[in-house]
Parts: sequence; C-alpha cells; structure tokens
Amino acid sequence: MAPRLDVRKTYKLFVNGEFVRSESGRAYRPVAGVNVPRASRKDLRDAVRAARTAFDGWAGRTATNRGQILYRAAEMLDGRRLQFIQELGGGKPAGREVDAAVEALVWYAGWTDKLAQVAGTVNPVAGPYFNFTIPEPTGVVGVVATETPALLGLVRGIAPALAGGNVVVALASESRPLPALTLAEVLATSDFPPGVVNVLTGQRKELLPWLGAHMDVNAIDAAGCTAEELAAAQEAAAGNVKRVVAHRNGELSPSAITDLMEMKTVWHPIGT
Amino acid sequence: MEPRSGRWFPTINPATEEQLSEVSEALKADVDRAVTAAASAQESWGRLKPSRRARYIFRISRLLQERSRELAVVESLDGGKPIKESRDVDIPLAAAHFFYYAGWADKLEWAFPNRRPRPVGVCGQVIPWNFPLLMLAWKIAPALAAGNTVVLKPAETTPLSALLFAEICQQADLPPGVVNIITGAGKTGSLLVSHPDVKKVAFTGSTEVGKLIQKAVAGTGKHLSLELGGKAANIVFDDAPLDQAVEGIINGIFFNQGHVCCAGSRLLVQESVAELLLAKLRDRVDTLRVGDPLDKNTDVGAINSRAQLEKIQGLVESGLEEGAEIYQPPCELPAKGFWFRPTIFTNVSQSHRIAREEIFGPVLSVLTFRTPAEAVEKANNTPYGLSAGVWTEKGSRILWMTERLRAGVVWANTYNRFDPTSPFGGYKESGFGREGGLHGLLPYLGLN
Repeated sequence: MAPRLDVRKTYKLFVNGEFVRSESGRAYRPVAGVNVPRASRKDLRDAVRAARTAFDGWAGRTATNRGQILYRAAEMLDGRRLQFIQELGGGKPAGREVDAAVEALVWYAGWTDKLAQVAGTVNPVAGPYFNFTIPEPTGVVGVVATETPALLGLVRGIAPALAGGNVVVALASESRPLPALTLAEVLATSDFPPGVVNVLTGQRKELLPWLGAHMDVNAIDAAGCTAEELAAAQEAAAGNVKRVVAHRNGELSPSAITDLMEMKTVWHPIGT
Repeated sequence: MEPRSGRWFPTINPATEEQLSEVSEALKADVDRAVTAAASAQESWGRLKPSRRARYIFRISRLLQERSRELAVVESLDGGKPIKESRDVDIPLAAAHFFYYAGWADKLEWAFPNRRPRPVGVCGQVIPWNFPLLMLAWKIAPALAAGNTVVLKPAETTPLSALLFAEICQQADLPPGVVNIITGAGKTGSLLVSHPDVKKVAFTGSTEVGKLIQKAVAGTGKHLSLELGGKAANIVFDDAPLDQAVEGIINGIFFNQGHVCCAGSRLLVQESVAELLLAKLRDRVDTLRVGDPLDKNTDVGAINSRAQLEKIQGLVESGLEEGAEIYQPPCELPAKGFWFRPTIFTNVSQSHRIAREEIFGPVLSVLTFRTPAEAVEKANNTPYGLSAGVWTEKGSRILWMTERLRAGVVWANTYNRFDPTSPFGGYKESGFGREGGLHGLLPYLGLN
C-alpha cells in the first residue's frame, strides 16, 4: 500500500477575519519546507484599516461578552494543544508554553468585567458634583510579539489588549511564525468579529517602522522589540503621540491591560 | 542663586507691557547643577519615612494658603489673568492639590496593593504659562508624594509664582535639592528633559512641543507623561437648560481668556435651538468686562504675550478669509498691553482652521448638528481628545454621549470644573497619563 500523502497547510496572514496571502505575493522560509507570507506595508495598512473599522463594535460589546470570547479562545487553543506543541518543536518546554498561553487567555478573560471596578474610581470632589473615572480602550494597538517564546509572547500581548476592548494588529515572531498563524485559526473560531485581531508575519524591519509611524494606531506593545527597534518605534510614535509600552517581564498583570487604556472622567452637577 | 550662564531675561506685565523683573536664564551648567542637586537629594527623600514626607507636603499646602493673596496678585501681574480667577481658582486649587497628595505619601501601599510602589527618580517637569502655579502644583505634589525629587521649569512669560514657590519650600524647611526651580525658555526645557540623570519627564503644553519631547525621550528609557492641546466640543441639545448652557459656554471659552487646553472652543448646537441660543450668547458676551486683571470685577484679562496675541489674530483672520461670520462685543480695550475681544464665529465648517486648530484665545467657533450621532461624529473629528461638554436634560443621552466621546474629561451640564481628586488628561494627540486623583500618582511610581 502506498504511504499516506498528507494534505499540507498553506500558512496565511489573518486580516479582517480572512486568511490571505500577502498582497505582495512574497514569502519567506524560516522553517524548512514551509512558505510563510512576507507581509508588506500595504498588508499592514489593510490590517490597521480592518482593525479601526472593527473598533467601535468590539469596544461596544459588553465586558462579559468580551470575556466569554477570550475564554472561548482558550478553549480552542487547549483543544489544539498537540498541534501547537509540535509547531513549537515538541517536548516538555513546548507543552509548558502552550499551557501558559492557555492560562493567560483564561486569566485575562476573567479581567474584562472586573477591571473597571479595580482601575476605576469615584472621586469625592469638593463641590456638588458626581464625578467618576472609568477605563476605556485606547483604540488600535500594535503588538510586537517576542521572537521566543513565539506563542506565549504573542498571547501575552494580544490577550490584555483585547480584554480592555482594543483591536489588535500583531506582528508575529519573525523566526518562528508558524504558531502565530495557527493561533489565528484559533482566534478565527472564537467568535471575534472580523478585524478585531489581525496577525501578520514577515520581516520586522520592513513592518515595524510603518506600524510605529501609522497615524491610526494608538498604542504599541513593544515587548518583542530589541533596544534599537524600541527606540525607533518610540521616535516614530511621536508623530501622533501614540504610547509605546515596553516593560512587560512576562508576568500576568492588570497593568498589562490598563497600560493600553485611557481613563475617562465624567462630571455632573447634583441638584434638584 | 545667580545663574552660571550669566544671562537674564525680562518678564513683563502683559496688561501694561511694563517690565516686572529680570529672571535668570538657566543654561547647561545651571541645568546640570539643578539636576545634580535633585539626584543627590533623591536617595534620602525617597527613603524618608513616608509620614514625614507627607508632613512637608502638608506644610507647603498651608503656606500656599497663608500667602494666597500675594500669590494671586503675582499670578495676575505676571500672566494677565483676572484677579478673581487667580484668587478664587488658581491659588486655592494649587493649595488643595498639595493637601490632597500630601495625604497619599504614606498610603501608597493601600493605593496599589500587591504592586510594591517605588519612586521613579528625578523628575524633569516643564509647565505652561496659562495656570503657572496650578500647573506647578499638578506636577510637584504627586511627584513629591511618590518619593521623587524634581526640577521644574516654569514658562518664560510667567516665571514669578514658581520663584515664590521656591521661597515657600525654604519656609517649609523642605530638604535642599528636593524641589529645584530653573527659569528659561525652550532651550532650558530641552536641556532639562534630555538630561541623562532625569528619569521621568512630565510636560504640559502644546502638542507641537510635546511631540518634540516624545522624540527627544525616545530610546532613553525615561518615563514620560504629556498633557497637550485640545479642541474640545461643547455640545448643546435642544432640551438643554439654555440659560445654564450659556453660562457654561461662556465659562468654557472665555475663562482665563481662553488660554485653557480644555477650553470648549467648538460649540456644537442642535439646529433647532441654534438661533435662540446664539441670541442669548451674544447678549451675554456683551456683558463681559474686559480689562485690568487686578480689578476684581474683570471677567476677561490680558492676553499672555505679544506672540500669543499675534497667533490669535492670525487664526481669526483665517476664519474671516475662509468665510465664517464674526461677532465681537463693542467694548473698549486699554491702549497699552495685549488684548483681544471675546469673539464668536458662526457659519463655521469643520474644514476651517478655526474649527481644527487650537487657538488658545477667547475665540469660539460655532457649528450645528441635527442628530446625536452627528454630534458625536463632529465632536470626535479632531486629532485631539482632551475634554468635551454635553448639555441636555436627558440622563440616558448624557451617558450615551459620554460613552462615545473620545475625550479624557467629559463635563455634563457643567464645564471647566477641576478638583485635586479628579483625574485630568487626554486621549489621542492630547497626550497620555493623568494628573489628579489616584490615577495622578501612576506617572510618578514604578509598580510591579
């Protein structure tokens, strides 16, 4: 009997809820025998536009609903545990990485409807006014994933951003992009509306300058940047006063969410 | 002390153009000296028992109250703002700000449980000329409470109240080096924010300069918070209490001559009440008293500087050229000094410069809308996002609007209210970080 011929996967970018090749038609081969799309500046712009369009809808979902969708992503990821372990090179460390990624999704899923109670305040102003402060999403967030851990670094970037109601354009690990593109399949089956989260692969030096300078990106999680990339991103970010967050040490923390949020303060007089 | 630069510059009274004093210009050697002083004081101040830190800050608050009249007069002389504002708003709020943050100094562990709050180090702070002492308070009070030392540079047109504040720090026996005040213009500020021993930069001012600072700080690892420009929409629905709204609109744009980053400079009126509201507004503007800042009846004082006056004049001309209709009350202006009549532009479209650019003067641009959705669309159609106002009697609509307005402060059925407990700061190109309240501590702390 002839040996089984497997049906191989074409790895694609994830933009606006669709799996697409790079509009540039380019690919690179960081892993032997696998062609990975090499996203262009235009792909990046398309992803930002898709994200911006999805923003009002996602930010307008109830916190509970966002939590349920993030939790669903944890379910989908857990169900594909073996596939991710294989893409991460197998062995116990890969297993631990997948487990930690699942844990991050579950942990941040639980924060969505608690954050305003921890990070918000009612402010006792000296006058007849009711005054309160609540966290709100900042908008489109660029997530630069760490090279390694390729899966966990990405999840620790996108989960807190999404939990806070932001929309995401993520740049995957350049040298180990496969888990990111497979994670996109997890996200695609978790009920995120199209465009809420977008995943690009390719060369960081081609994409990062445009992400940093894009006028419709509000914040960048630069956890995966080298010191030089970080400095360049921070300088480009000044063009539209976007904030660049870079200090994550991998710990799960509510400040990973609030660092990508705005605080809105509302005043109203009290009277009869 | 004498500047090592050996250079001095004059500061004038913008209401008379008379020189009030000469102030030293801090250049490299002086900035170095100030930052070094702050750096050597940092260790002991950061380790001081928090309750002792609190006591120093409480002392400062009390001294500000005790010397409030003197400070109010200096503020009005140097900056041109009406004495009733410096007396009733600027100085009391500055004192209250120190009082509020003094109490936080020994409660940081309760503010941020499980996060091990710690000081960030020497803070380089640069503030604007519109609320000199109040902006100083917004910068210095939380920085000290969090255990940092500071070097602060006031604006070159309004340095005097900050120098009086330095004297107050001496009177409070604050340890030397904890607070350092240096005077100068843009060059001094640039030397300060790029000094390698400054660990945190805080800036309030124009978006243009804010972007330069963000660039200068890039790659240095310094903490940064920015409170920049605004072009706030003040939105009036047809069911609003119109007389109250008129007071809010007047306060929103003419308070402090419109030299307010959160000024309600774009009035959005629902079409059905536009005519009535504008008639009331014109009547009210006619009653504004423009003139001597030291007269306690004055509503609108002097424009802060000749440069600012020219900027306002230029933008008002562009409004006329682009086809907007102007209304100015027939009031007399003093012969000397920098003055500008309260101005209302109608027939303004969103593309006009006066609807897009921050004027930072007593100039209101009026636009109209039909539906709440259109109001939101127009209000958010700006790169800024500092503040907004909403006037309507309908509670559910207030909350609906509040959710959708991309601005850091929303005043509903009121405008331009400030309080030490209330966080203030912007979205988008209006900056990041908050000042005031619990959130105002965050820019000055490292947290786990």
